[in-house]
Amino acid sequence: MAEITLTDQNFEAEVLQSSTPVLVDFWASWCGPCKQLGPVLEEVAKEYEGKPVKIAKLNVDENSATAQKYGIQSIPSLLIFKGGQPVDQSLGFIPKPQLKAFIDKHL
Amino acid sequence: MNSSETQYDVVIVGGAAAGLTAALYSARRTLSTLVISKDIGGQASITSEIENYPGRGLVDGFELMDDFRKQSEKFGARIVIDEVTRVTPKSETSFEITTVSGTTYSAKGVILAFGLTPRDLGVPGEAQFKGRGVSTCVTCDGPLYKGKTVAVVGTGLPLVDGAELMIKIAAHVYAVEKKQKFVGEKAMIALVEAAPNVEKLFSSEVTEILGDQKVTGIRVKNSVSGEEKNIAVDGVFTELGYIAKTDCVKGVIELDGENHIVIDEKNATDVPGVFAAGDITSVSYKQVVVSAGEGAKAALSLYTYLQSKGVIARGVNIDWGIVKA
Repeated sequence: MAEITLTDQNFEAEVLQSSTPVLVDFWASWCGPCKQLGPVLEEVAKEYEGKPVKIAKLNVDENSATAQKYGIQSIPSLLIFKGGQPVDQSLGFIPKPQLKAFIDKHL
Repeated sequence: MNSSETQYDVVIVGGAAAGLTAALYSARRTLSTLVISKDIGGQASITSEIENYPGRGLVDGFELMDDFRKQSEKFGARIVIDEVTRVTPKSETSFEITTVSGTTYSAKGVILAFGLTPRDLGVPGEAQFKGRGVSTCVTCDGPLYKGKTVAVVGTGLPLVDGAELMIKIAAHVYAVEKKQKFVGEKAMIALVEAAPNVEKLFSSEVTEILGDQKVTGIRVKNSVSGEEKNIAVDGVFTELGYIAKTDCVKGVIELDGENHIVIDEKNATDVPGVFAAGDITSVSYKQVVVSAGEGAKAALSLYTYLQSKGVIARGVNIDWGIVKA
């Protein structure tokens, strides 16, 4: 499954109401490490096609209400949501093996 | 993973200006080349504007580094995102490179080009509140503090640069400088000095970062008067420059007093077959153009070395336009 693009509007339906865990990448276009993480996340999203997890991105510049609600003060921030709640967080760029391990913990 | 994915002529540790240029030159010499790096582009890729890289005018750092990557890959270099934990020489033309993900690679020669790491403050609260108000990257996280109160803490040029960016974003900025005055570019200092929303704290150091769920303040000590006080802030940006983290070659390669890798004029380290380039070496001036040049030198030197040892075929000598059979 390709990554899902989140907004303040669809966050509730796509993330909070999701029956499977959701990895959300909080990012912005001005941030270098976010741009580094982008292609890695895209690759992982393709590899995880068919697995019980959603991989999604939220632009904090365009969707500041959601970013503020979850206290995002550093980007990129990766949050795992389960049952409508954030259960784990990883900050900054992480290489692919670590990103996969971070997701796998919650599957 | 099969052997073609783990055995290379050249393994380059680090994927920024020096490492990617070394990869370009190495791949163009028809050497099988692997770059292992935590990220692509290192410090340069988190720099929003670079305007001193010749021939490119004003360019976004990430874009420049991504072009370096594409160019090296075009000539056959392979890049993996991983972190090297140890480089072990087995002989003068055989090296073992192990990574955090548990993969072991082998190479006939190695180029170390893994750059520098941001220096920590080393005070209570810093690690605890990283990402919850403590940041080492003004260009990444600065815009998240629009209209808020922040402290930029550090010394020298990085501090002045960080403060200059934040006075345009935050409502109020405390610039906490270890020295008695700002040090750096005069024009930049003048901008910070003239800003109505900056409070300068000289001869001052942060001794603790305060908070509960996130940062609520800093404790600052004046080194002259000895006075300590708490200041309420929403965010703390640390701008202390960079240090060399050379653990993966400690005890193997000669390092100088600042942990930088010692190299000669041909980028050779004291271990035959191991070359180094860029910010991690003892070479002066930490600049993208310098690192790129050094990366090219290291790759050419390693190529010559491997040929002298007879472990690579005499291939196509593209970069000097000479074809050797």
